[in-house]
Amino acid sequence: MTTFRPANEHELGDCLTHALADKQTLDVRGRGTKRGLGRDMQTDHVLDMSGFSGITLYEPEELILQARAGTPLAEIETALTAHKQELAFEPCDLGPLLRGVAGEGSVGGMFACNLSGPRRIKAGAARDHFLGVTAYSGRAEMFKAGGRVVKNVTGYDLCKLLANSYGTLCVMTDVTVKVLPAAEKTRTVLVFGLDDTAGVAVLTKALASAHEISAAAHLPADVAGRSSVSHVRNAGTSVTAIRVEGPARSVAHRCEALRKLLGAGEELHSQNSKVFWCELRDVHPFVDDPRAVWRISVAPQAGPAVGVALKGLGDVSVFYDWGGGLLWAAMLPGVSPLDIRAEVTAVGGGHAMLVRGDSELRKTIPVFEPQKPALAGLTRRIKDAFDPQRILNPGRLAPDS
Amino acid sequence: MSSLRMPAPDQAVLARRAEIIAALRAILPSANVIDAQNEMKVYESDAFTAYRQMPMVVALPETTEQVARILRYCSDQKIRVVPRGAGTGLSGGALPLADGITLGLSKLNRVLEIDFNNRAVRVQPGVTNLAITKAVEHAGFYYAPDPSSQIACTIGGNVAENSGGVHCLKYGVTTNNLLGLEVVTLDGEIITLGGKYLDSEPYDLMGLMAGSEGLLGVVTEVTVRILQKPAIARAVLLGFSDNESAGACVSRIIAEGIIPGGLEMMDRPAIHAVEAFVKAGYPLDVEALLIVELDGPSVEVDELLERVLPLARACGAVYERTSSSEAERIKFWAGRKNAFPAIGRLSPDYLCMDGTIPRRALPQVLKRMRELGEHYGLGVANVFHAGDGNLHPLIMYDADKPGELDRAEKFGADILKLCVAVGGVLTGEHGVGIEKRDLMPEMFSEDDLKQQQRVKCAFDPEALLNPGKVFPHLHRCAELGRVHVHRGETRFPDLPRF
Repeated sequence: MTTFRPANEHELGDCLTHALADKQTLDVRGRGTKRGLGRDMQTDHVLDMSGFSGITLYEPEELILQARAGTPLAEIETALTAHKQELAFEPCDLGPLLRGVAGEGSVGGMFACNLSGPRRIKAGAARDHFLGVTAYSGRAEMFKAGGRVVKNVTGYDLCKLLANSYGTLCVMTDVTVKVLPAAEKTRTVLVFGLDDTAGVAVLTKALASAHEISAAAHLPADVAGRSSVSHVRNAGTSVTAIRVEGPARSVAHRCEALRKLLGAGEELHSQNSKVFWCELRDVHPFVDDPRAVWRISVAPQAGPAVGVALKGLGDVSVFYDWGGGLLWAAMLPGVSPLDIRAEVTAVGGGHAMLVRGDSELRKTIPVFEPQKPALAGLTRRIKDAFDPQRILNPGRLAPDS
Repeated sequence: MSSLRMPAPDQAVLARRAEIIAALRAILPSANVIDAQNEMKVYESDAFTAYRQMPMVVALPETTEQVARILRYCSDQKIRVVPRGAGTGLSGGALPLADGITLGLSKLNRVLEIDFNNRAVRVQPGVTNLAITKAVEHAGFYYAPDPSSQIACTIGGNVAENSGGVHCLKYGVTTNNLLGLEVVTLDGEIITLGGKYLDSEPYDLMGLMAGSEGLLGVVTEVTVRILQKPAIARAVLLGFSDNESAGACVSRIIAEGIIPGGLEMMDRPAIHAVEAFVKAGYPLDVEALLIVELDGPSVEVDELLERVLPLARACGAVYERTSSSEAERIKFWAGRKNAFPAIGRLSPDYLCMDGTIPRRALPQVLKRMRELGEHYGLGVANVFHAGDGNLHPLIMYDADKPGELDRAEKFGADILKLCVAVGGVLTGEHGVGIEKRDLMPEMFSEDDLKQQQRVKCAFDPEALLNPGKVFPHLHRCAELGRVHVHRGETRFPDLPRF
């Protein structure tokens, strides 16, 4: 096994051409922090894209930033902060959860795994901010798609396909991302002592108001106790949290209205509010937990039914983000994925992904939600369209992918 | 027809027309198969009326199952299909083919489910954009994307074109507001993508379907997210004595960290055309007019107004007026939303262009556009989604004057090439269709376009679904599928290894 670390397009193209000719498979990495995501795979070589690094264009007033795909996300976030801007979808940093370190991931990896945080419900996912890309396909051909303006429908939206493709379709070299002004103020309204169903009902009520909620989560008592924010950790009961962001007067006004609407007790202000949502974003409650971690997306109202059913499968901890629609669940590796997915099907559908598991577990069970035959056929043909010889991250999504 | 060529009709298919009509009548109620020339007339174009073509036959299915049976039949018999929503598209995406079935989705027009708790609405594709909002507004909700044609255009067409609207800078375009789709592929398979939940397992085919212009599959159900209406919205009219100052004002507002609900700009010809038509109260002695709409809690709107107005003055605004009532706000918008018909009153025909540019290039692009207008001897008025850089030049011409359409098309092509040259794109929200098809090489290389067509091959290997649209050259899928290995002399030369 060799690690290839191309420094430019010429070297990358050459590397892919030879891999194609010699039928050598490649483990495509940005900075390698998300190797633990997806099925465990065996490849002939590693293709390390960290040499493609640096912001190439940042125009705050045009709301766009262009960077080489291997650029550390931290570098991009620093540049944005200097202009009071941000990635509105709050990309999560799964480094610590995946037993690595924080702050090391790349922007290419962020898109390849479509990582989005609590603000997903208001601002959209990473894929919604992915404006343009230049990449090499598994045919060793360079192509570009999208553009560098925020509104564009010229040709197929291949960025959507590449977001969430886990490096199985092509090797990105450059990406363009839509950036937005950062909120001036952030506050979080807390409600204590509700069970899962009542907690999500409160989130629903808040989200159905005109108060422009930017995040809505429910933490059962065992999970709330793991927060570093003292108000949450010491609550001694479950915590239901609703975030409001915007100009100062507006935030104060909306928080007050929400407290009236929900009969809420406390508020987290600036720094505490920030820390609280960063912890949820990065699945901090399960970082030091020895169990496997699943991420489940269902209709928000169906969240509690799935959560309660999962808890019935054994030693399971759950918390809810995205207004109840996103469940993070820690459980023993022995829990059958069939049982987990049966609960998702029972509430009308969604998808369940094993996010953290040891390589043995990720080799033996379907990490991603299995697809029905017609859809699986299309997925296979899409893979063929980009990487017919299966040289890029083969088997990362499914055994025959 | 002017310069654009469509795929040559297959004479063998045309010879079987009677048999094909009979086969469709075996699938659909007889009245849902339209084959009389006078009745097919309304289907001969969409809102891109410069091009017309009678279809071979029109089929109007009422169920997903009927759509699946028709597509399976077309796939088996190698017959081309052109899907069609309300026919309000501006790029010719629903232009019929002489040897094709036009598949109209207008009878699939029911709202299937309203789920306030999950903030989702599931509808059939023939439901109009505005009807979704109408179905939920009693509970304070609305569907955010609002193309100007929203009273007539259907959600199925919105998905196909990934439609935008005047509020999409803040609230996103169609793709950002989709939760689920039911799609029938050409082989008659019914596929469900997404639902009432967010995101999906790989790959994101729903994201791919949005904006695919009817080339990949036929959408038979759409689930969208709905939002709670902002507590209040107020609009401000800002007049400037030159386009540069208006453009600078837009940039200053965004640099200040404010994303208005709507941020529109009109140039002098557009202002005058609109004012003569709807009497919106626009000032006539300015070169450029901005409409800035701020929405949210009233305390927030007040605060943002306090910040926007001084910025506008600092940028040289010579006119300012803030809506003091909902009626006045709607009047401000009535002007902008009627810009196309207002131009229609001034000129027998017009072409509506749709490029997006980096905003800072606006003064340069408008100046060059004026020069081009003089060169071609044609008038042009501009309306502009200024917040996101999406430009709609309206080129005025008279189709009855020999050569004018041709000149207008050349003028339009020059404008779009200019958009690409300054770092923009050919189309922001209207789609490529046939209108911009032959300009695609301005923006994409041969390899870029081949990669897109390989995606098409994954869905439609025989190129039967809406062929002749989007791509200037049709390559055979077998040829596109081949892997070419161009190995150089050296093996992994100079690659650092670790």
